[in-house]
Amino acid sequence: MTAPAVSVRRWQGPAAFAAVFSAVAVLALVAAPLLLEPFRLGLLAKYLCYAIVALGIGLAWGQGGMLTLGQGVFFGLGGYAMGMYLKLNDAAGDLPDFMVWSGVEKLPALWKPFGNPVFALAMVVVLPVAVALLLGTLVFRQRVRGAYFAILTQALAAALVILLVGQQGLTGGTNGLTNFFDFFGRDVAADETQRGLYLLVAIVLGALYLGARQLVRSRFGRLLLAVRDGEDRVRFLGYDPATVKTLTFAVSAGMAGIAGALFVPVVGIISPALLGVVPSLELVVAVAVGGRFALAGAVLGAVVMGYARTYFSEELPDAWLYLQGALFVLVMTLAPSGIAGLAANLVRRREART
Amino acid sequence: MEGVLNQLPIGLSIGAVLLLIALGLTFTFGQMGVVNMAHGEFIMAGAYTAYLLQGVGFLIALPAAFVVAGLMGLVLERTLIRRFYGRPLDTLLLTWGVSLMLQQLARDLFGAPNVQVASPAWLRGGVGILPYNRLFIMALAAASVLAIWAYMNRTGQGRRMRAVMQNRRLAATSGIDTGRVDQRTFFIGSGLAGVAGVALTLIGPVGPTLGTYYIVDAFLVVVAGGLGQLRGAVLAAAGLGLLNSYAEFWSDASLAKVVVFVAIIGFLQVRPQGLFFVRSRALT
Repeated sequence: MTAPAVSVRRWQGPAAFAAVFSAVAVLALVAAPLLLEPFRLGLLAKYLCYAIVALGIGLAWGQGGMLTLGQGVFFGLGGYAMGMYLKLNDAAGDLPDFMVWSGVEKLPALWKPFGNPVFALAMVVVLPVAVALLLGTLVFRQRVRGAYFAILTQALAAALVILLVGQQGLTGGTNGLTNFFDFFGRDVAADETQRGLYLLVAIVLGALYLGARQLVRSRFGRLLLAVRDGEDRVRFLGYDPATVKTLTFAVSAGMAGIAGALFVPVVGIISPALLGVVPSLELVVAVAVGGRFALAGAVLGAVVMGYARTYFSEELPDAWLYLQGALFVLVMTLAPSGIAGLAANLVRRREART
Repeated sequence: MEGVLNQLPIGLSIGAVLLLIALGLTFTFGQMGVVNMAHGEFIMAGAYTAYLLQGVGFLIALPAAFVVAGLMGLVLERTLIRRFYGRPLDTLLLTWGVSLMLQQLARDLFGAPNVQVASPAWLRGGVGILPYNRLFIMALAAASVLAIWAYMNRTGQGRRMRAVMQNRRLAATSGIDTGRVDQRTFFIGSGLAGVAGVALTLIGPVGPTLGTYYIVDAFLVVVAGGLGQLRGAVLAAAGLGLLNSYAEFWSDASLAKVVVFVAIIGFLQVRPQGLFFVRSRALT
């Protein structure tokens, strides 16, 4: 299975790309905040957070061939780093509320540095990247790859959830971290703040998308594609596939961390249920539906699946799992390149006709 | 000291269940390059078969669960997985979709809450630190491994299965109907998951998401044991079961999975292909 790279590139000529990107940007930054009521805008902000994770998955899986089933881990690390800061900030020198309920008497040493906003914000990126670099180095150096890598990342997600649930006094257990009030001097629940957060999420997503696109088009990106399609050949040519993969994995982990940190003020909670095996896999599904070989497809997939999930769980809650499962089976059998692949085919067919 | 000894049958019986589950996974993965996430739901199907057959007799439930889960596997292989051979990552996602649907189906058929299957009277109690139910699970796994070993090494079908696993194209050229071999492997592997499901009813309740608790660990057994390796699966399953129960005993339950994960990553530094593997000059 190879990506329809050539035709997609023609379709995305620089002028056409700039036009489409600006149109989407205007739609997202101007039209959406004007037209959507606050509740719907909040939902969109949430989907855009997921889209940032999906972008990372698109980079690692679609471009690099690394199926990562544990992006929830990095999402969670970023989210908890942000959540810990917000909790300490709200507590203003006292213990965070859930620690009092769990009978914790003294602030754990692990929490102390997170009272500092600069440290906490740095950790949002540093923690996921460090974990990904370590795991990537250990795994890819040994040429453990493909399904093995997927299974290991999934096992990590499962382990982290059990750890977070078990360490009630340290992490808030199943409830996670919630009940935030103040977000850098503003009331986090206010419509005004939420609209600002939405714009922030959209801008971050746009910037990361452009960055990822640049990365894919760079020499490094060519090498990444080569590793995906023929890792051994790349090694015989004198490159080091393990480094290429580890770095890409770390970039995708950093994106997930940023997404987690933005998710916390937008949705108001970070908990183990949001970052386990199932949510991690659901995002991979979203990327597959949108089209794994195009970064825009990954973003699109996350937003589409987010809306589908909300719509169907409001209208037909029982049918949602059937629908999701069936959709997945259909996409994998009939359109493995997802919506973006179908679109690229359409364009190619029209070009062939003219 | 007694606590330490008490963990032994717990660890070994968990290892035995993991082994029953992992056998199917390691053969479908090794032979067909299929990562079957729906395997967990075959466990669940086996467990519900035992639930439905409660009045009929526990020993009837074992072969019944084998056939039910085996047929489910066969249908899945024929309808979907067959199209995806050699694309392990795609099969992983595809079968996850199937597994979601099967879980919802179980919820609709049997209800979302867990159900309890009453253990037969002759499996209650125990000798010393060895409860009968856990002993029975270990014996069941041992018997299954013996049967699989005999099947693979003493029958024509098993020989063909090994041939396909080692070199599919050469086996096909030699006149082996690889499609039929694949179907049989799938049937047997899925059936064993059903048997594992019956075994699980002896040590806990049954629910629609039963399979999800074991599937990740079972995959780790495959990773650590080596692809398609019977010996590897046995040793890795026992090791993982014991490591799990002792890590829970010495640290606490929430850290155990992290300990296991770190141990697996550490182990892969020494043996990246697992405990046992077929040496070949092909690029891995």
